[in-house]
Amino acid sequence: MDINRVLDKKNYQKYVKKNMPKSKFLKECAMAFLVGGLICTLGEALDDFAEYTLFLDEAGIGTFRSAVLIFLGAFFTGIGIYDVLGRYAGAGSIVPITGFANSIVSPALEYKWEGYILGVGAKLFTIAGPVLVYGISASVIAGIVYYIIGVL
Amino acid sequence: MNYINAFLVGGAICLVGQILLSKTRMTPARILVLFVTAGVVLTAIGLYEPLVEFGGAGAEVPLTGFGYSLAKGAFKGVDESGILGALSGGVMGTAGGIAAAVIFGYLVALIFSPKTKK
Repeated sequence: MDINRVLDKKNYQKYVKKNMPKSKFLKECAMAFLVGGLICTLGEALDDFAEYTLFLDEAGIGTFRSAVLIFLGAFFTGIGIYDVLGRYAGAGSIVPITGFANSIVSPALEYKWEGYILGVGAKLFTIAGPVLVYGISASVIAGIVYYIIGVL
Repeated sequence: MNYINAFLVGGAICLVGQILLSKTRMTPARILVLFVTAGVVLTAIGLYEPLVEFGGAGAEVPLTGFGYSLAKGAFKGVDESGILGALSGGVMGTAGGIAAAVIFGYLVALIFSPKTKK
C-alpha cells in the first residue's frame, strides 16, 4: 500500500512535470490566437465602418483603424484593464497595435513620478522608440534597395 | 467572410508571437521590434501583400502590419520622388498612426495614475 502510494506520488510528479507545461503552453497559444484574432476582427469592422459609413479612401481607412485601436489600447491601459487582459492573452494582446499603445502608456504611467519631461515624455518611447528605430531604418533600407533595383 | 479571414490571419500572427514568448523567453519589446522588422522584410520580398489581400485587418493590425505600411510607404515614396522618397515615404505612410500613438499615449499617461500591481 505504502509503496504504491510512493510510486503513485512519484508517477504523479512525473505526470505533472511532463504534462503541466505542455497543456499550459497549448492554453497560452489558444488564448493568444483567440484574443489576437478578435482584436483583428474589430480592426476589420473599423475598416468597414471607415469605408462604407465615413467614405474614407484607402489611406484614410488605415489611419482611422490605427487611430481608434491605439486609442482603445491606450485607454484600457489607463484604466488598468489591458494589463489584466495581457495576463491571459499573452502575445494576443502584445502583437496587435493595441499592444503597441499599451507598451507606450505602461512605462509612461509607471515613471510619471519622474516628471513630465524625463518621466512621461521620455518613457513613452521605452518600447516605441526601438520599434520606430528598427521599423523606420528597415523601411529606408528597403526603399533604397527598391530604388537601386529600379535604376538597374 | 472578411471577418473570418481577419480573425484567422490575425490569430495566426499572434500565435507565432506566443510561441516565441513561451519557447524562447523573448521579452515583449524584442517581439515587437522583431515583428515590425519582419513586416518590412516580408513586404519587401513580396510575401506580405498576399497576406493583406487575404486577411485584411488581420494582417494590418498586428505590428507586422506596421512594418508593411512603412515598407509600402517607402516604395510609394521612391515611385513618386526617387531616392529621397525612400527617406520620407515610410514615415509619411504611417504618420497618422505614429502621431495617434504619441498623443493618445501622452494624454492617457497625463490623466490616469499608475495602478498598483497585484
